[in-house]
Amino acid sequence: MNNIIGKVPTILMLVSPILITATGGMICERSGVVNIALEGLMVCGAFASAAAHFFLEPVLGNSLSVWVSLLIGSMAGLVFSYVHAFASVSLNADQTVSGTGINLLANGVTIFLSQILFKQDRTKQFILGMMPGPGGIYPTAFIALLVIFVAWFVLYKRPFGLRLRACGENPQAAASVGINVLRIRYAAVLASGFLAGLAGSCLVLTTNTQFNSTTVNGHGFIALAVVSFGRWKPLGIAGASLLFGTALAFSIIASDYTLLRRMPTEIFNIMPYAITLLTLVIFSGKNYAPLSAGKPYEKGAS
Amino acid sequence: MILNGLSDANGAGQPIFMLQWTYTEFSMENNAIEMTGITKTFPGVVANDNINLSVLDNEVHALLGENGAGKSTLMSILFGSYDPDAGTIRIRGKEVKIKDPNAATALGIGMVHQHFKLVHNYTVTENIVLGDESRTRFGMLDLKTAEKRVAELSEKYGLRVNPRDKIEDISVGMQQRVEILKTLYRNADILILDEPSAVLTPQEIDELMDIIRRLKSEGKTIILITHKLKEIKAVAERCTVLRRGKYIGTVDVRDVSEEQMAEMMVGRAIKFEIDKAAENPGEVLLAISNLSVRNSRGLLGVKKLSLDVRAGEIVGIAGVDGNGQTELIYGITGLSRAETGSITVRGKEISGMTVKERILAGVGHIPEDRHRHGLVLDFSVAENCVLKNYDSPPFSDGLGVLDFTAINSHAAELISQYDIRAGEGPSMKARNMSGGNQQKVIIAREIDLSPDVLVVAQPTRGLDVGAIEYIRKRIVAERDKGRAILLISFELDEIMNLCDRIAIISKGEIAGIFNSGEVDEHQIGFMMAGSKNKTAEKERA
Amino acid sequence: MMIQASRKRSLRELLISSDGALSVLVVLLGFLCGTILILVVGRNPVGMYKAILQVLTGYNIDRGRFYVRYIGEWLAQSMPYILCGLSMAFAARTGLFNIGGEGQYVIGLTVAQFFALLGPQIPVLHWMIALVLAMIGGALWGGIVGWLKAKYEVSEVVATIMLNYIALYASRILIMRIPGTNTYKTPDYPVTALLRAPFLEKLTSGSMLNLGIFFVILSVIVYWFIIEKTRLGYGLRATGFNKDAARYGGIPVVKSIVLSMAIAGAFAGLAGGIVSLGSFRFGRVLSGNDGYGFAGIAVALVGNNTALGTLLAGLLFGMLSSAQPLMESNSIPKEISYIIQGLVVVFIAIRGGLRIVMTYSLKKKAAQEAQGK
Repeated sequence: MNNIIGKVPTILMLVSPILITATGGMICERSGVVNIALEGLMVCGAFASAAAHFFLEPVLGNSLSVWVSLLIGSMAGLVFSYVHAFASVSLNADQTVSGTGINLLANGVTIFLSQILFKQDRTKQFILGMMPGPGGIYPTAFIALLVIFVAWFVLYKRPFGLRLRACGENPQAAASVGINVLRIRYAAVLASGFLAGLAGSCLVLTTNTQFNSTTVNGHGFIALAVVSFGRWKPLGIAGASLLFGTALAFSIIASDYTLLRRMPTEIFNIMPYAITLLTLVIFSGKNYAPLSAGKPYEKGAS
Repeated sequence: MILNGLSDANGAGQPIFMLQWTYTEFSMENNAIEMTGITKTFPGVVANDNINLSVLDNEVHALLGENGAGKSTLMSILFGSYDPDAGTIRIRGKEVKIKDPNAATALGIGMVHQHFKLVHNYTVTENIVLGDESRTRFGMLDLKTAEKRVAELSEKYGLRVNPRDKIEDISVGMQQRVEILKTLYRNADILILDEPSAVLTPQEIDELMDIIRRLKSEGKTIILITHKLKEIKAVAERCTVLRRGKYIGTVDVRDVSEEQMAEMMVGRAIKFEIDKAAENPGEVLLAISNLSVRNSRGLLGVKKLSLDVRAGEIVGIAGVDGNGQTELIYGITGLSRAETGSITVRGKEISGMTVKERILAGVGHIPEDRHRHGLVLDFSVAENCVLKNYDSPPFSDGLGVLDFTAINSHAAELISQYDIRAGEGPSMKARNMSGGNQQKVIIAREIDLSPDVLVVAQPTRGLDVGAIEYIRKRIVAERDKGRAILLISFELDEIMNLCDRIAIISKGEIAGIFNSGEVDEHQIGFMMAGSKNKTAEKERA
Repeated sequence: MMIQASRKRSLRELLISSDGALSVLVVLLGFLCGTILILVVGRNPVGMYKAILQVLTGYNIDRGRFYVRYIGEWLAQSMPYILCGLSMAFAARTGLFNIGGEGQYVIGLTVAQFFALLGPQIPVLHWMIALVLAMIGGALWGGIVGWLKAKYEVSEVVATIMLNYIALYASRILIMRIPGTNTYKTPDYPVTALLRAPFLEKLTSGSMLNLGIFFVILSVIVYWFIIEKTRLGYGLRATGFNKDAARYGGIPVVKSIVLSMAIAGAFAGLAGGIVSLGSFRFGRVLSGNDGYGFAGIAVALVGNNTALGTLLAGLLFGMLSSAQPLMESNSIPKEISYIIQGLVVVFIAIRGGLRIVMTYSLKKKAAQEAQGK
């Protein structure tokens, strides 16, 4: 039993970025925009914060540099998500294509900038990432809890949330009462970009000492599955993140158990993706998606 | 002020209908609304062409015109959804520019849309306050205060609703009341009702007329957009007629007949009745027995329904939308699986067959949603014409290769036979055709396949009178050829005009079956609302 | 003044009516942004263009000589781009977004490697069967996605990405089980399994161009024929445009979706087979994705999902890729090609919106003119 409790920090370390990204994805999809680019936005955030921390750590000291880098990473995600917002919301582009483009772009730009800044395909290693807090649990876990709580609060207790959810269910209805659907969707996409960037930063600062092309490794897409599996509701998403984060943590935890150590590590690598796929099949929750998610909003159409 | 109304319909300059009326000494201030010279163009079409409209304070004013006449556009301009290209608007004498719905709301104008703008999984209260939410001191959403006010308004205007119900759980009539409450919550004095009776049973329409009278007695001004002449006669005081975007005239409803209004609306005398030979039914071609079909939410939409349709007859299914018509159609055509029961065509059981097999067994289907089911809009007319038989000779050979020469010449034939206006010929994309011509393509295709059984759903929805007449004639022609036709329509007039027998569907069951002429509108309405008829039970036995 | 106005109008009309023109514009925009980016980071963009010239024509400006080998390399490197583009395009015509090209490619590659190393060493048949098996493997991997989508409404976007990762790790596990394999390569292939052709190598003075090129050309023709000329293609196109109308018309939508993803998977699987048996003399234990599957997305989008367009776009991307080593020697980071890829995809996404904007402004102008009369 002690053994399992001892694994909790590791599990939470991987759950937190997923939960933060999934929250952003939920906000975005609830407003009616499908954001496949979450992966690419996490990559942007991870790269920006890893690079920033490398440069700032000697200057600001570990603590301060970590938090500044988190902010920089979040802003990187925000800025990059503006492209998706502009394409999908203002220009009514195909949201899937636009999102895929962002993913490709993010992968290319981050490695490109690494080449320019560090003359290698990854960032230079920083000395120490984020330090764990009480009980060995990283502060990112608390950040994640805060994020999901604030999201729940705004979505269900504030007028803004009522309007945002309406934009995702029936944007024509929202427009008919004078709500600016485009503005709300923009805000939602930018929020998801900020959160994905934050999540990517949390990921790289807790699990590694540098950013490379395998840092994010599909976590953004797992977050998408979490949103769907969690039925677009905060509580469901929290639970789903726990499940998938645990699966991800398995490949790290497994080395502590002699029986599992014998198996090729790839088996544990496969597990989170296989579980994601399986849950999608068993709990295909298309009926719970916001009604207008993914449909470009056309003004004046009835 | 003396006004002249002149209608110049056939373009040859001959006035067909002339009406003169005088209103003495109505000053400008009595006009709640005055729209002058309103013009609005969309790419390719002039929706409003120099239209004038004046509505008196506390009046019930009808706006009459057929589909595409420009009524909705004009009201959308009034409600701020569109900007006019030219013209002015005066509200209570003051000239205003209404740039968006918020501005219209601030002026006291409220709109009840034809297609409800409601969020399906929100409550009644949440829908009413959306966009104008009451807040607590800390800016939190305050639904309790909102609920109280909704209850007050509901009481004051006699609009029965339960503030806590979810929209997806309540009836269409109640949803409409929610839409009306939305406007009253925002202190609207001027209410625009856009085709409000389109989705209601005859009883609910009567209730709506009462609601309109009640609103008038509370001092509201009402603009009623409609093409239903009976309703105009029932509640309206004056009526403005539009045709093809042009202003035709304004009449005092008491002084004109329904026929006269219809003539203004269409531009020529129209026949309400269809010439129909007496029916001569033959054997039973379509036999449905104890059919149950689930809808998309998993509930039973059709419950143990039984019905026969014979060769050479048109059986109509009358009912309010949502009572199982869609599930019945899907069950017969194969788009949904039958839960229980049997369907036979010429004696052959088809309930286990795929859609394709049923097409081959002789089931034709003119779908209710021509854009969703009837056509692939991005295909050409030619490709759409072979949607159901592209994979067999002569359109494709044994190896599966398509023969485009055959496909194109087939389409050319149908275009000429059915008078389809396709400017670019068989290669024209379906998307670029008008609604009426798109429907003609579907009808041409289905009839050309010579099905024994033809399921026809809402064939004339959204079409102009010319197309409507043509399509109804074709349906009767097929019936005279000996086909079995099942007609599903929400327009009671259409059912009573075209059908030889009428079945009323209510909550997934047949509430009664009668020969046409045996029942009138109100009896049908009564059955639609859910009480069965004992004679019908005897007939089925 | 008048002449200028009419020329401008026809350019806008051309861009609206012709998808090809719009694609060309998008590609040019991508290159423009790439050039600007290179300038911003202080490198000389001319190096990129010199490299591209050499790859396309074999002509080295600096040395003033022709090297035919570069043209061969260009064609060789274009092959997987074209095939993965066909993979994505085929699914797209059916209304499906196949981002699983990467995984289907890996499966094809893995299967081909297995058969090359463990199958009977009969000349010609050895590699031919290996390629066929690669196609079947890719088809199965794609078909699963189609089936999940059709039966369980599982989003093909997320499903394919999951399967991409699963394929990669599974490939590692399986290949490492082949006797004689270390952590990055297997033993050498028997000669009978290679796609090498001496006459091709002589023609292009020693490039990697191999027999795969014939299969690629065949694939393009087969793609075009199926989509445009057969009843299968009609059914797939109808399903892609309007699933509901297709069902109404009796077209078996579930089967169509599965079949379409399977055929798409086969194209990508073939790419994996050709790369593994044509460009390498031994099997590889993949440490990461080769990236052709993802690039295929961009290829299909630029090529507007047509056979000819995909061929040309694939050649374009092959050109960018084979120019990378030359670019590096001119100190341009090779990632610039990935960036241009990404930009192209984003611009293509916007293209639809741009077209709507341009159409609306053109019609508005026409309406105003009509009113003036």
